[in-house]
Amino acid sequence: MFRNQYDTDVVTWSPQGRIHQVEYAMEAVKQGSTAVALKSNTHVVLATLNRADSELTSSLQKIFKVDDHLGIAASGLISDGRSLCKFMRSECLNHRYVYESAMPVTRLVREVADNAQVCTQRSWKRPYGVGLLVAGHDKSGPRLFYCCPSGNYYEYLAHAIGGRSQAARTYLERKHEEYPDASLDGLIGHALQALSASLAEGELTATSCNIAYVGRDQDFKELDEASLQPYIQALRDAEGGDGGGGADGAAPMES
Amino acid sequence: MFAKAPSHSTALGPGCAGPPLANPQQLSSAQASAHERGSHQPSCGAAPFAVDASMLRSTGSQPHKHTQSPYVTGSSVLAITYAGGVMLASDTLASYGSTKRYKSVQRLVKVNDSTVLGAGGEISDLQFILNMLDDLKTEDYCADDGQSLSSQELYSYLSRVMYNRRNKMDPLWNSLIIAGLEGGKPFLGSVNMIGVAFSDDHLATGFGNHLARPLFRKRHRPDMSEEEATALIREALEVCYYRDKQSINKFQIAKVTASEGVSISEPFALPTKWEYKAFVDPTRNAVGVW
Amino acid sequence: MAAPPLQLHTPASIGPASGPGDIKSRPAWSPYDDNGGTCVAVAGSDYCIVAASTRLSTGFSILTRDCSKLFQISEQVYIASAGFQADIRALQKMLQTRNVMYQHIHRKPMSASALAQLLGNNLYYKRFFPYFTWNLCVGLDPEGKGSVYTYDPVGSFERVGYSCQGSGKDLIQPVLDNQLKAASPLVLPSENWMTALPLEQAQDLVRDAFVSAGERDIYTGDCVEILTITTGGVHRETLDLKKD
Repeated sequence: MFRNQYDTDVVTWSPQGRIHQVEYAMEAVKQGSTAVALKSNTHVVLATLNRADSELTSSLQKIFKVDDHLGIAASGLISDGRSLCKFMRSECLNHRYVYESAMPVTRLVREVADNAQVCTQRSWKRPYGVGLLVAGHDKSGPRLFYCCPSGNYYEYLAHAIGGRSQAARTYLERKHEEYPDASLDGLIGHALQALSASLAEGELTATSCNIAYVGRDQDFKELDEASLQPYIQALRDAEGGDGGGGADGAAPMES
Repeated sequence: MFAKAPSHSTALGPGCAGPPLANPQQLSSAQASAHERGSHQPSCGAAPFAVDASMLRSTGSQPHKHTQSPYVTGSSVLAITYAGGVMLASDTLASYGSTKRYKSVQRLVKVNDSTVLGAGGEISDLQFILNMLDDLKTEDYCADDGQSLSSQELYSYLSRVMYNRRNKMDPLWNSLIIAGLEGGKPFLGSVNMIGVAFSDDHLATGFGNHLARPLFRKRHRPDMSEEEATALIREALEVCYYRDKQSINKFQIAKVTASEGVSISEPFALPTKWEYKAFVDPTRNAVGVW
Repeated sequence: MAAPPLQLHTPASIGPASGPGDIKSRPAWSPYDDNGGTCVAVAGSDYCIVAASTRLSTGFSILTRDCSKLFQISEQVYIASAGFQADIRALQKMLQTRNVMYQHIHRKPMSASALAQLLGNNLYYKRFFPYFTWNLCVGLDPEGKGSVYTYDPVGSFERVGYSCQGSGKDLIQPVLDNQLKAASPLVLPSENWMTALPLEQAQDLVRDAFVSAGERDIYTGDCVEILTITTGGVHRETLDLKKD
């Protein structure tokens, strides 16, 4: 993508019928690290990659709990993600205050998207630079949405966003028939597989990724390092042990 | 070339199409001037009804007024749960003080496919509440995601509305009963004008709290059949009618069941008997009265 | 003519319509009602008991026999409230919301002392149009000891070893004073005011207190919910009271 004379503000069309500023914002999502999400008939799983820029820093938090029934994974400008998260939390709290029930996922996603859309139509505003994978469970069952800076939102069975996410999407597409009936553990396994497919170098470890899930009778929950470890181990076994990995199936808990 | 007639009357708002209103007749000049004055000239030659527009405008000297007392009011609403459903009943009277002013006002209203609202108290406030509920329903419809508010959510919403209005010292003068099915189970909730909200297996507003609920407490079971529930409700209505001055013998019964959804009966009358000795000669055994 | 102050204890009633020249006369309705109910809490060295009756009344009528006055804020922290039920609900909802926000920020539930301060602040904030609620904030402190905070409707509060609030207060509080034998707060050096009573005896005392209050107080009856909070968890029991 190259600079041109039609990209100085968000309210100017290019002769090709494009809003370049909005497209740049969409590009910002790809600057972030990979975030993967997929759902079964009962659960939705979120998975993100943690890239610490240096040995001396911690990595950014990219998964946020919004309410008991809903959470998000962000990729791109995480500060924008935090601000949207704050908005979503207050919307959910308002809904609970008035109706004493969980906010329907579709309604919340619509609110977020409407918010993002305003920024694509005002000269003094900047579009959000973050993509959100919204995972929730409400009366209609498990739901998974992707909200992008353009103000569009899409519902998915499985999706991956962020840098190098194409590899993860390829994995997700190849296996998508298995998701609806998958168990929660199976779903997490798929999420990790997809995540590791998008890895540039090295291996997935319990510190380099985050997993969260929500589902029927299951509040939104982020796994800590210790409870993530067995899944990582299972992933290693599956990857390395195509020949004889099945033999030491009990190994995950030992490491 | 004529301008296309609007699909609805702007005077009445969307959805109220009607030929005369959709295509207003040109006013004669005399009518037009009367129109401007805010009055209507009856064709019978009677004195015109006029609204003094200055009364409607809020002026600096007149304080903004809050409801201090109700004007047109409905009386008791009764509600019980039974096996697989809920049942509500009320008469159709709206009184103006002790005048039986409007005798065919429906005070049990279907809110959605699983919820009925019953209301006592100020009828205009009830209509305001129904408008708000209509707005909520429209929002649900526009979202087009197949989700609608459940009875419990509506109960919670109305309890906040009533409480907020009491906080503004401008209450909605009603006692409400919200009835429906919540996840297949019967649900009854009650909210009053100052925001006190609670739910129970049987409820009654107004005089019903004194006259019908003792009956309910004695006779109600959550596993009643529909026939038993109907019999109990009819008996309670009869008692309310005998002893509540502001009630009439014209009732409606509403039901919410899983199989049939919401149904509200046509108005009916109960057989009554006024030959009881206490009715014929009420002071016979009372000492010291005429 | 100045408007007389709103009277807390006047139930909502339709008064005489005011004349045109009498705009400032007393409003014909009251924004307050007293729905009654009694709450008791006892703090022990390794437990905390909180109990509340479930009758909801207005005037001489019972609205419902089953309306809990206990509200869980987090695993081991509860508030118990008597008074005007609409205000109680508003207060509970507000605290609930604040607790969720607290957890989003701090990634832990509110402690009893944090909630105690928050409740006090919010009651005080509304002091010119008060929540007509009589509250107890109950939980375990960081050392696992029972903690009870007792309030007035406008936010004065104090940590105590036991307390009683609501319509049965006048009947129960003196008995608690007598039976729990707390050291006077005037004793110097200050003594531990926590009750030395073993858990079972304290539970019995609470049960007796409610049964007795139910005999004489028309706003206490139907049922009492008793929660026992220990580091092991929360145990809930209900005890039927007279329904008259």
